[in-house]
Amino acid sequence: MIDFGFSVNPSSRINLDAADGEKFHRLAALEPDALKCMACGSCSASCSAAAFEDTSLRRALLSLQNGLSDDAAKLLSHCMLCGKCTMVCPRGINTRHLILSILKIYSL
Amino acid sequence: MIYEGKKKIWAEYQKEIPEDHYFYVRSCIRQSFFPASEATFLDITRNKLGKDIFETEHHTTCGGIAYHSDAIPQETAMTIIARQFALMKKYGYENYVCSCITSFGLYCETLETWREFPELQQKIAENLWKTCHLEFAKPKFLVHASDLIFKYRMQIAAKSKYKLVNKNTGEPLRVVEHIGCHYSKMFPSKGVGGAEYPYVLVGMIEAWGGQIVDYPERRHCCGFGFRQYFIKSNRGYSLANTHKKFESMEPFKPDMIITNCPGCPYFLDRWQYVIAETEGKTYGQDGHGIPVFTYEEVAGLVMGYDPWDLGLQTHQVSVEPLLDKIGIPYDPAKKYLGKNGKNLGQPEKPHCLK
Repeated sequence: MIDFGFSVNPSSRINLDAADGEKFHRLAALEPDALKCMACGSCSASCSAAAFEDTSLRRALLSLQNGLSDDAAKLLSHCMLCGKCTMVCPRGINTRHLILSILKIYSL
Repeated sequence: MIYEGKKKIWAEYQKEIPEDHYFYVRSCIRQSFFPASEATFLDITRNKLGKDIFETEHHTTCGGIAYHSDAIPQETAMTIIARQFALMKKYGYENYVCSCITSFGLYCETLETWREFPELQQKIAENLWKTCHLEFAKPKFLVHASDLIFKYRMQIAAKSKYKLVNKNTGEPLRVVEHIGCHYSKMFPSKGVGGAEYPYVLVGMIEAWGGQIVDYPERRHCCGFGFRQYFIKSNRGYSLANTHKKFESMEPFKPDMIITNCPGCPYFLDRWQYVIAETEGKTYGQDGHGIPVFTYEEVAGLVMGYDPWDLGLQTHQVSVEPLLDKIGIPYDPAKKYLGKNGKNLGQPEKPHCLK
């Protein structure tokens, strides 16, 4: 094997057929607000934890919709439940409660 | 009524290609990558088919490689292009044929920009006069060299010595066609078959006896993309595009790939070596790769040119298994001999790719 100083970039392809959507359906039934998010990123921009660690509710929700719960776990693992994101959400989503429900349903 | 409607819709995917009298401009990189392709194009069109294809040593690059790499602004590229068109007029031609897909895309972009912004056209005409003392002109017809080979495909088939057929089984060869992105993805109306149904290479393959492979990533980019490749840290992205295409075509067991762009055959050919050396994976039979050809090389092969005169020894993926499949004779002892008979030197063998 030769080291060229670069290699094939990993594929970002998402196979939705292989993803388990059952938990997200349960989440959406319990927290209909999960479907109200328009991914504006206000929550991430105001997040205190995000200043120090890779934390983002917006990306976590997207990951969950794509069946990537491991990625979502990493993005929420440093959340301190301070609730600043709830205050800035333009859709009025109770993000703090949503995060708690995600942690509960996905056993994160 | 329905037939008329279909005819009208399909007319949008047609392209008018004049039969003869062209001003030909070469690519700035193809002669290094595929040294005999352009010479073969000129030999076939001029000497075998008797067409009037004029070329002058005074023409230059179109500037596309620098423009797409953000090294020169659009107006500079436009002035270079205006000079090319002015040379065409100076030598008494109205039809312009270019060897490079990126040039073709940039010519289309430039002509469209001039149509939309006449004041810019005026400025470029002034630039041209100030810098070169040449009279501004625009071609009546702009075509890519693959359009011409497409136009002449039946004439080439009539003169062919070989067909794209497996001589042992009698089955048509399974051919992957790859169209350069700048051919019709930017200006669909300028390409044969548009962006949705590009027919330019398919027409050649069908005329010369091959069978098309339709695979999921057929229209995906080869990964060249200029900036993706020029910077080493981005090359993994470039490589990933080629990798994705090969993973997608592999189950269909293609015998060969035919392309009409300078970058695509280079990357599809050379990246097979890099994939083999980094991932240990090869896509052809028995550890070989899938040979990649330019359309001129394939035209030359079916017309009975010597494979080494077509420059096939400069390919990374060995072409001999395909030549054996078609039944094209070749002399292995002459593979690395130059035109003057002197030994060019033999490249080192790859570790994985046969």
